[in-house]
Parts: sequence; C-alpha cells; structure tokens
Amino acid sequence: MRKLSNYAALSRRALLPVAAIMAAALLAGCDVTGPQTTIAPLSEFADDIQFLLKLTFWAAVGVGVIVEAVLIWVVLHYKSRATDPAIPPQIHGNTPVEIIWTIIPAVLLMIVAFFTIPIIFKTQAPAPADALQVRVVGHQWWWEFQYPGLGITTANEVHMPVGKTVAFDLESADVMHSFWLPRLGGKRDVIPNHVNRLWWTPQEIGTTPGQCAQFCGTSHANMRMIAVVQSQADFDKWVADQKAPPANPSGGEAADGKAVFSRSACIGCHTIEGVSQGTVGPNLTHVGSREILASGILKNTPQDMAAWLHDPPGEKPGSLMPNLHLSDNDVNALVAYLESLK
Amino acid sequence: MATLVRPMPRAAASTLPRPSGDTGIWSWITTIDHKRIGILYGATAFLLFLVGGIEALIMRLQLATPNGQVVDADTFNQLFTMHGTTMIFLVIMPLSVAFFNYVVPLQIGARDVAFPRMNALSYWIFLAGAIFINLGWLIGQAPDAGWFGYANLTEKPYAMGLNTDFWLLGLQILGIASILGSLNFFVTIVNLRAPGMRMMRMPVFCWMTMVTNILMLLAFPVITVALTLLLFDRFFGTHFYVPEGGGDPQLWVHLFWVFGHPEVYILILPAMGIVSQVLPTFSRKPLFGTPFVIYSGIAIAFLSFGVWAHHMFAQGLGPTADSAFALSTMAIAVPTGVKIFNWIGTMYKGHLHFTTPMLFSIGFIFLFIIGGLSGVMHASPPADLQQNNTYFIVAHFHYVLFGGAIMGLFSGIYYWYPKVIGRVMDETLGKWHFWLNMIAMNLTFFPMHWTGLDGMPRRIYTYPEGMGWDAYNMADTIGAFLIAASVLIFIYNAVHSMRHGRVAGNDPWDGRTLEWSIPSPPPHYNFVEIPTVHAMDDWWHTKYGAAGHEGATAPIPAPPAMAGGSVDVHEHGHEEHHEVHIHMPDPSYFPIVVAIGMFIAALGMITNFWVCLPGVLIMMAGIYAWSFEPVNAPAPPGSAEVHHAPTTPTPQTPVAAH
Repeated sequence: MRKLSNYAALSRRALLPVAAIMAAALLAGCDVTGPQTTIAPLSEFADDIQFLLKLTFWAAVGVGVIVEAVLIWVVLHYKSRATDPAIPPQIHGNTPVEIIWTIIPAVLLMIVAFFTIPIIFKTQAPAPADALQVRVVGHQWWWEFQYPGLGITTANEVHMPVGKTVAFDLESADVMHSFWLPRLGGKRDVIPNHVNRLWWTPQEIGTTPGQCAQFCGTSHANMRMIAVVQSQADFDKWVADQKAPPANPSGGEAADGKAVFSRSACIGCHTIEGVSQGTVGPNLTHVGSREILASGILKNTPQDMAAWLHDPPGEKPGSLMPNLHLSDNDVNALVAYLESLK
Repeated sequence: MATLVRPMPRAAASTLPRPSGDTGIWSWITTIDHKRIGILYGATAFLLFLVGGIEALIMRLQLATPNGQVVDADTFNQLFTMHGTTMIFLVIMPLSVAFFNYVVPLQIGARDVAFPRMNALSYWIFLAGAIFINLGWLIGQAPDAGWFGYANLTEKPYAMGLNTDFWLLGLQILGIASILGSLNFFVTIVNLRAPGMRMMRMPVFCWMTMVTNILMLLAFPVITVALTLLLFDRFFGTHFYVPEGGGDPQLWVHLFWVFGHPEVYILILPAMGIVSQVLPTFSRKPLFGTPFVIYSGIAIAFLSFGVWAHHMFAQGLGPTADSAFALSTMAIAVPTGVKIFNWIGTMYKGHLHFTTPMLFSIGFIFLFIIGGLSGVMHASPPADLQQNNTYFIVAHFHYVLFGGAIMGLFSGIYYWYPKVIGRVMDETLGKWHFWLNMIAMNLTFFPMHWTGLDGMPRRIYTYPEGMGWDAYNMADTIGAFLIAASVLIFIYNAVHSMRHGRVAGNDPWDGRTLEWSIPSPPPHYNFVEIPTVHAMDDWWHTKYGAAGHEGATAPIPAPPAMAGGSVDVHEHGHEEHHEVHIHMPDPSYFPIVVAIGMFIAALGMITNFWVCLPGVLIMMAGIYAWSFEPVNAPAPPGSAEVHHAPTTPTPQTPVAAH
C-alpha cells in the first residue's frame, strides 16, 4: 500500500493542466454572442431571465470554485505519506458540521427561490389587453404566424413593432414543437390541443433568429424562423403591404408562373389570395416580400427558390411538400411569379 | 433462506435432466449464480456501452462542422434516440445491476440473492430487450423519436415505421427485467443479511442499491402504463395521446417524467454507493457521517417523485405549478450537496492512496459538482426557458451521467475487478485511462455549456454557418474521440490484466467490507461460514480491532485468518466432510426459455400476431416447468455431487446449511 503514495505526486502535477483547461474553457465562454445567443436580451422578458441566469450562474460559479478548491486541497494535502501512522484517526462524522453544511446550501437555494418565484408570476401573468395578438401555429417543419386583428397570415417571419407588447397564442397543427426566439425571451412548447401563451415587449429594432426547440421529427433542425422588430412606421407599412391584394401579373414569365401555379398541385396546399385556398403549406400571398424560404434554411433569392421548387425534400429532408418534378421552364416561371408577390 | 434449502424429498415433478458442469457455454446460459449473472450483466452492458459510444462518435462527426454530411437527418435522429436509450437503459442501469449482483450478496454475507432463478430471468429478459430494441438497425428503422419519445410524434400518422414499435416493445421487455430485479434485490437486502448486520451496519453501497431498487419498483410501473397506453394507441387504435381523438400528448409527458426523474436517480445512486465504498477504503477512514449519507440518499429518492415537472417548465403548466416544482427541485439539491460534503469530509485527515479506483471516485466528485450546480441553474424556471432542450442541458446531464454515473461505475470496475478476476488491473494504464478520460470528458462536454447558452438546440442534425457554434462543436468532437481512445486503454487493460495482472489475494486494497474477507474470485457459495457482523465495516474492525474505532491510531495487528480465506474447499469433495454441506440451488434452463418466449412474442407484435402464439406458449411452458422444478436436482442418497463441502470444518463453524 505504501508504494501507492508515489502516485500522489503524479496526480498533483496532472491536476494543473486540468485546472488550466477548465479556466480556458470558462474564458472561452466569454464569447457566446452568436446571432441566436440567450445572453443578449432584446425584451423585458428576456431581461428578467437574464437577471436569473446571472444570479444562478455566479452563485454556481462561486459555490463551484469554493467546493472544487476545498476538494483539490483535501486531495493534495492528505495524500498518504511514508511517515503516516498505520491508520488515520477514524473520524465517523460530526453532527454540527453536517447540519451546517445542510443549512448553507438550503439558504443559498432559498435566496435563488426568493428571486425566482416573483419572476415566474410576472412573466406568466396575462398579457396587457392592448398587446398585439399573434397566433403561432407550429407545423412540421415551418411556422405559421397569424395576426387576427390585422387579417394577416404569413410564415416563418414574425414582424413586431418596437416598444409594443406582443402576445403570442401558441398552437400546433400536428406534433409538439417549441417556439423559441432566444434574444426576445424564453421558449414555450407548442402542444396539440393546448393553447400556450407567451408575451414580450421588444426593445430594439433588428432581425433575430430562432428555431424550434422541441424535437418534432425528421427536419426538426430545419424548423427555423426570424423575428423582425421594426419601428412603428415600418411595421405599419409592412402591415399595409401584407393586407394589399397580391400582385397579379398580366404578362411575361410571371404570368406563366401564375398559370403553372394554378394548374399544378400547388393550389392544394398553398393560399394565394384570389388564386387558391390551400392551408397545408405556408400562405404565399406575399411570399416575395420575405427574407427567407423553407423555414429559414434558404434565402429568398431566385436561385434558392428554384432549388427549392426542384426538390423540396432534397433541401429539407422529410418535407411534406413533394418533389413535383417540375420542368426547368415551369420552375423559372414559378420563381418569377412567386418573387413578384411582394 | 431460499438459497440454502435442502433438496426436496419429492423430486418427481421435473423429468428433464438438470444442467450440470461448471464450465462451457451451457454453464453460463443456465447459471443462477449471482456472481456469474453479475459478470454477464457487466459484459453485456459494456458491449452496449461501446455501441452507444459509436453512435455518439458518428453524431459528433456529423456535428463537427456546420452543414455536416456524414449522415442524413433520419439516421441522425435514430442515432441520438438510440444513444440516449442505450446509455440509460442498456448501459448505466445494467452496469449498476452488475454491481448489485456481484457485490451485494458478498457485502451482506449471503450465498446468493433471494431468488436466484428469477435473477437469471432478469438477465435474459434484459438481453432479449436489449437485442429487440436494437433490431431496428437491421432494417434501417431504429427508434427515432428521442429517448423520451414525446407523444404524439410517436403516434400514427407521424411515426408510421416500426421505429417506435421496436422502442416501446423493447422498453416494455426491459421494464419487466428491471421490476424483477428490483424485487429480488429488495428482498435480498431485507432478508439475507448476515447475522448482526443491522440496517445501519450495512455498507452504503447496499443502502444505495436498496434505495435504487425501491425507486425502480415504484417508477417502472409508471413507464409501463405510459408505454401500454402508447401500445394501445399504435396497435389497437385508441386515442390516449392522440389529440384528434380527444387524447392529450401532454399526458405522456407527465407520465414519462414521473418515471423519468426517479430514473435519473436510479442511474446515479448506484455510482454514489460505489464512491461511498471506494473513498473510505483509500482514505483508510470510515465514510464521514454515514447516517447522513444514507438518509440523504433516502431523501433524494423520496423527493425524486416530486420534481418531474422541472422537465416541463416550457410546457406552460402555469406559474403555480412552475413555482412548486422549482421549490421541490431546489430542495432535492440539498441532500445531493450533503453527499458531496460528506465525501470530501471522508478524505479530510485521511491517508489518501491514489489508486485508479480512488482517482475515478475523486473525478466523480469533481465532475458531479459541476453537473449538480448547472442543474441548480435550470431549477429556476424562467432561466430554464432559455436552457431547456439546448446543449446546456446536454452538458448538464453528461456531467451528471458521464462525469457522475460512468466515472463512478469505472471506479467500481477498477475496485472490484480484483475480486471478480483474482488479479488487479494495471495501475499505470488505469491512470492513463483516468487522466485521458478526465481531460477528454471536459473537452467534450464543457463547451456544450457555451453552445447551449449561445442558443444551439439539442437534437439538431445540422446547423448553418455563422451561428458562432463551430469551434465549440469541433472541440466536442475531438474530445469525444479522445474519450474513445481512453476507453480503448481501459479495454486493453481489462483484457491484459486478466492474465498478467498482479495476483490480488483476498484483500488487495485493505478493504473494509465483507467481500474482502473471502478469496478472489470467491467460491461458488461465497462464504464457507456465514459471518457474524459486529459493526459497520466489519472486516476492517476484524483486522484492526479497537484501532478501527473512533479516534484510534494504533498500529496494525496481523489480520486473523477468516473463514473462507484460507480454508481449502473442494467443490466436489468426496472426502469425509463432517456433515458440513452448503446447498446451492442448481442451474436451470427455464429462465432463458421464458426470455426467448417473450422475445418471440414481442416479434409477433410487429410482424404477425400469430407469431405471438408460439412465443407466449414457450413462455408459459417455461414458467410452468420452472414452477415445478425443485431447487436442487434429486441426488442419490449419500452423494455429495451437488454439495460443496470443506474438507476440514473451520474451527468455529456452526454451519448455516444444516
């Protein structure tokens, strides 16, 4: 048994690189400011969460550093030595000490709870009555946004005026999803036969991405979206554009595209006001005005649109929109038509 | 004492010849020896650990870079589902059960578990379930709805393939194995403890085993019900979770986590028990505050049934429910913290020997602290709304389950390997394994905290460029392959040490508990004489006498010879044997017959219902024959073939058997 103590020196040397790696990992964490970060809040709801995140994070780091330091000190300090007596004092326990270290974490957790509970109730209170209502419907694998008060239905892009509370009713058309725009607030699951609610007040103009956070099948990874926070004036203009009737091309490739759309399977699933009434897929009345296609996996460019129309399941695995084996001419015409629907 | 009954006088019930022999494949198939079953559990679970690990490596290759092209979406979804399902149900649980099997009877001074044949049945059913749930790979339809398989994604028409059927039937089979096992170990611990081993003298590993098995006994019926409802939905058109039929998918979520959260503790408590044995041994001190550790284990178990909705903070249960479950979740952190402090207290003022098992136990504490604290972070429901279903959660539970459970189980493997094999694993390779594993583990899982906070959801098979996740993901992938390398070191060590390791002797670690008082590997019947227990860590007290008590630092007296330690035992001795018989139950064919029948019946469920018929008939035949099978084959009067007799009775031997 004595020989084993040689390993203590090895362990001591090896602990340092581990500590260095951990420190490097912590420092590397300073850079978590990607476009979908959870730590750069853009609404009061996200601010409240940020407060609790900071509280729990620093509490955890503080407790963690102290306890790990004690652990490492004990491990290094009490390694066996050749000069040790045969066996160390056989300490079986110390009730006051044990009571103290039961109470300390309990008190720390009570502090966390003290700050947590009011924020739970605050953030889950009913939304203000004058909030902008948005109905969110999760589909495999795209997002539908309806503005009941404004008569607008769109997909994958939710527009909000800055400084005005937006209240979401979350519903599902098929399976569970989770509606998550990290910079604007926490996620809320979207559950069939339930109406979940979420509200926030965006504080900054800008576009921020989000995506489905509850595994929902093959293309869960591709169920993305963007939130566009605009000035009130820009938002009003967007509303007016969305409420306008769709473009009705009278000639050229776009008109051919409309003809292709009208005689193809497209109309079974998609709505273009005045042209078709399908509700399985996204409403395309103003698809040309959007920034993204196919729930955010493609840009709304003619090239991407053509790629999508040629082979939807090739772009988005499992896509419920089948490959219609459209000819190049039909695709080009459709692209011209759809891109004209500003 | 079921294991010690005499041969039945009337033995006409069974006309089949009983299996016999101590070597060869049939001796393993028919074994009902808890040690062999433990080895079977351990070997099977370790093979499945490699399977689950390979699944993880493929996923890490796919995610190493944005827009990865290694596997397609459906394959990735099968990989993460099977990785989770495998690691939880087919690796950590059965590896823990391997330790229950091998160690618990030795630690409580028993010759076997209470129901040895049922123990074999548990193993064979577990193996049947493990094979069944992996069959989907053969036809490209492995389960693909995540390890918690949220309805209604598991319902038709969203899950038309056999994927979910393999999953739900496989889990049902595994659940039967778990419930049988939990009954067995509970009864074993309650009834088969050696004389004098009061509950509070029982080793903490046995305590944690008992708590774990109570949890299994109470939690598995819940998942059984949940799966049965899903089975009815899928096979018979009911609507328990089908919203179109008035069902509620959220019912599944509740039922799953009422099971699922206790399950988390089913995974971690055995490892905590192992650590609670290893730390005192290599600190050469008793476990600090043993009653506190035991009571906190019980408190964790009790509270674990009241925290399930913390998996559901994003489900919109309302502020009152969220608050209640936040409080209960924070409460469960307290007994968990107490255990950590007690383990550190155990090492305080000890003489620490940094053997490989000790290093893994210290690593367990180091990593479990991190996993526990990140867990407290998402006990705050609003904060959890940003963490739920992200890589932050993935980081958290890998710190708890890999850093915790797997490190603890490795500690146990290094610790008890000498008892099982008779040789000690190579310490140098063991330390290479430990340090590489430790560094690789942190390299893999620590960056996941940051990807999670940076908004990366879990269970995505791809992610675009420009999200800021690339470097972290590459680090995760490199780390994962380093973990694999460390596991290769372990495998080499385990295989090499079987022949070349240092001979262990009875007590290579100067251990504290009864298993170290008998030879390594132990004889079939474990103890020649059932020991009488006078204290917690009785073997330590036997060796050190009064010095082993509070505050003493007396020199080491020479350990006395223990029963079984040096006694020459002939397994099939025909020598005169002073009426000293140790009756052990005979091997049996029927456990594997029942398991095969169950497997065929399950296959019938997904192929043709008529196939269920032979399956059920085989199962019934097996159960029927088993019911009339005597514990021991009838032996001719006077024959000692099935008995194990010491040639010389040990001096103080009032033998338990007769």
